[in-house]
Amino acid sequence: MPQHRPTTHPGSGPETPVIEALHVSRTFRLGRGRDVRALVDVSVTVAPGTCLAVVGESGSGKTTLARAIVGLERFDEGEIMLAGEPVRSRQRRTELRRRSRHIQMVFQDPNGSLNRRLPVRVAVEEVLEVHLGLRGDAARQRSGELFDTVGLGREHLDALPSQLSGGQRQRVAIARALAAEPAVIVLDEAVSALDVTVQAQILDMLDRLRQERGVAYLFITHDLSVVRQIADDVVVMRRGEIVERGSVGDVLDRPQHPYTRLLLDSAPRPGWVPRRRLNTKEDTA
Amino acid sequence: MLQTELLPLRDPNAGIRQRFGRLLRGLGPLGCVAASFIVLVLLAAILAPLIATHDPEVGSVARRFQGPSAEHWFGTDQAGRDLFSRIVWGARSSLIGAAAIVLITSVLGTGLALIASWRGGWVDALISRVLDVLFSFPNLLLAIILVAVFGKGLWPCVIALAVAYVPYTARVIRSVAMRERGMPYVRSPQLQGIGGPTIVIRHLVPNVAPQVLTGATINFGYAMIDLAALSFLGLGVQQPAADWGLMVATGKEALLQGHLAESFIAGGCIVLTVAAFGYLGERLGGRKAAGRTR
Amino acid sequence: MSVEIHGLTLDLSSSGGTARILRGISLDVADGESLGLVGESGSGKSMTLRCLLGIEPAGATVGGSIRVNGRDVRTLPDSELRRFRATEVAMIAQNPHAALNPVLPVRRYLAEGLVDAQGLEPGDASERATALLGEVGIADVERVLAAYPHQLSGGMLQRVVIAGALAGNPGLLLADEPTTALDVTTQAEVAAILSEERRDRGMSMIFVTHDLDLAAAVCDRLAVMRNGEIVETGTAAQLRDRPEHPYTRALMAARPLLYGKEGPRASAPPHDASR
Repeated sequence: MPQHRPTTHPGSGPETPVIEALHVSRTFRLGRGRDVRALVDVSVTVAPGTCLAVVGESGSGKTTLARAIVGLERFDEGEIMLAGEPVRSRQRRTELRRRSRHIQMVFQDPNGSLNRRLPVRVAVEEVLEVHLGLRGDAARQRSGELFDTVGLGREHLDALPSQLSGGQRQRVAIARALAAEPAVIVLDEAVSALDVTVQAQILDMLDRLRQERGVAYLFITHDLSVVRQIADDVVVMRRGEIVERGSVGDVLDRPQHPYTRLLLDSAPRPGWVPRRRLNTKEDTA
Repeated sequence: MLQTELLPLRDPNAGIRQRFGRLLRGLGPLGCVAASFIVLVLLAAILAPLIATHDPEVGSVARRFQGPSAEHWFGTDQAGRDLFSRIVWGARSSLIGAAAIVLITSVLGTGLALIASWRGGWVDALISRVLDVLFSFPNLLLAIILVAVFGKGLWPCVIALAVAYVPYTARVIRSVAMRERGMPYVRSPQLQGIGGPTIVIRHLVPNVAPQVLTGATINFGYAMIDLAALSFLGLGVQQPAADWGLMVATGKEALLQGHLAESFIAGGCIVLTVAAFGYLGERLGGRKAAGRTR
Repeated sequence: MSVEIHGLTLDLSSSGGTARILRGISLDVADGESLGLVGESGSGKSMTLRCLLGIEPAGATVGGSIRVNGRDVRTLPDSELRRFRATEVAMIAQNPHAALNPVLPVRRYLAEGLVDAQGLEPGDASERATALLGEVGIADVERVLAAYPHQLSGGMLQRVVIAGALAGNPGLLLADEPTTALDVTTQAEVAAILSEERRDRGMSMIFVTHDLDLAAAVCDRLAVMRNGEIVETGTAAQLRDRPEHPYTRALMAARPLLYGKEGPRASAPPHDASR
């Protein structure tokens, strides 16, 4: 059973949560009676300006949850509310447009997140056009400002993705997400593919953006150390279920669920020695 | 990954000379020969009226089956027409026909592929099944049926072959588009509520274009062969027009009388041009891009 | 098995020009020692391993010397190089799915190494394969032996690959990010197996990774690489407590910490960011 603990969000008050997912379930039917329960009665809440981390290993359902929340994935049961407004499981284009003003997503893959045949500014400009109606010089001007915000020089506006490093491409993706001036950004393993020095810079930047703009994050990751750096609250997922939730301090320093403890024991850190577990019988993939 | 981090960046504004140098290196020595040959054939087709020494369609029976001479470089055919001039003019109909086929096929095939991959669901299923049905007809058979309906001549053959080729192009481009469609750079604008046509044209088209191009290059060779075959069978270009496939056919009877020139030269032109296009396509992107396995 | 690499350089030429990937790598691994090669992407750590096996990419020009047990492997005749690769070293790569033929069951993968490379009888090979899988902590050996690669998880497959690597009793193990593609709990398991088996068998190992803490846990000594150079070598404790090179310090500082006070995180380390 999930263990509930009261948590306090810095700055959370009577405001409506930017994301509220209640009892969301999703089952993938693979045919021949083989069903995968990707999400089982999952509830998460993100208050304005806060960062909720969803941590889990592959197959935990964390990415399915993120995709369901932004509208890339259907869900079977439950309710998802963005800024207090319920969203349906399948959207029309107008609804997507309305929602993406409120919520944006940054994907993991810094290679695939930008069109490799177009200058990177196009990615930002098309968002500006849809949401703010900016075109031409105005859009270019605003893109430049956004590039400044994410710490990329304006000289990179006309670069192709192949001319940028992985970290720089991820900065462009974040600039694209910011372009719509959303209340919350879903980051799906957004720093996982980056080198640690670059990762540190991006995390710093995300932290800064949160303070400056009050944007909230739903931060999907497998890396508990990153959770410590960036998040206020964390939910731990395993096989589609939330096994533990609470503030980062509570969960990482005083884990209650054995799986959370296992995750913590498995994470490399100074002085760490990897140990074999006794039971190595495996769940078949 | 390693290379992209450390190698000098590719500069989109690199000088023409540099780009040309890179192209030449990409083609390799044989590729350069193939490209030069194609340019030669293209020039012949474009400048046919200037290059040809005689009227390709008029001859005199008195001068039939002459050997090569200063007057007739390749000799004459059984109607006494100048073979050199007929080869030069023949380049025109052979190339125009093949080019038209490839153009129609690329536009139609890519369009269907993009619609199928973007809409998915029943639209994709419908398009894919219809293409599968087309696939099951041999190209030439399909062409013969259409010719039977619309009559003989170059253009019915072109349309017939273009239709017959669409499944090859569409199938490959669909699979490429499917892969791209799932990429975050396509997902992201989709999430913004940007319209399908805009995303397809802005994001998908440039990313499938290289495959379309290499596919077209290889298909060009197949188109020439199939067109020549139709002309050979008497369904395509009609006498007295000059066409390489037709010349192979008319030269066939002369062969029996020991006059090899017409069939051999026209056949050689077809083989060399097709081989040149095939090799070029291979260097540019490979056979896979055309969806051919044979 | 000891390794001495001296002044190893590698230039890679392509249509875009020539790039120097390795700029004079020198390192030693003593018999029975494990060395961690730590660096970020593009540092040349994997390329160093490839040079050791003589499998550098096409268009590469290699300079310097690589001695394994005193023999320069770069000048070995082909037949001896093949024997060196087959019996004296074993390589474990990042992606176990790429290491196994997808259409053959695990049994065949292991038997191939044992029968063809070791010259065992098929019966003995099967027995040996069972024993090896037991050693790498696989409980239901029979099921795994009969399984095809796609039926097993990444962690299970990587254990199979380790078993295959151990099969030849190599003196030197080359591990190229062997746990990077795995989940964190599986990574701990695989790292434990690898480091225990190595110690028990007295093998030398070169362990390539981007993770300093992981390298510290499984290696005796670490070498920090950057831009094709080794910037600093030392034990994990030395690097942690008295890092000398600024890059080592930046790397240390950049690691997100799981426990303890959040220190000032590295702002811009000397390189990257804007390139």
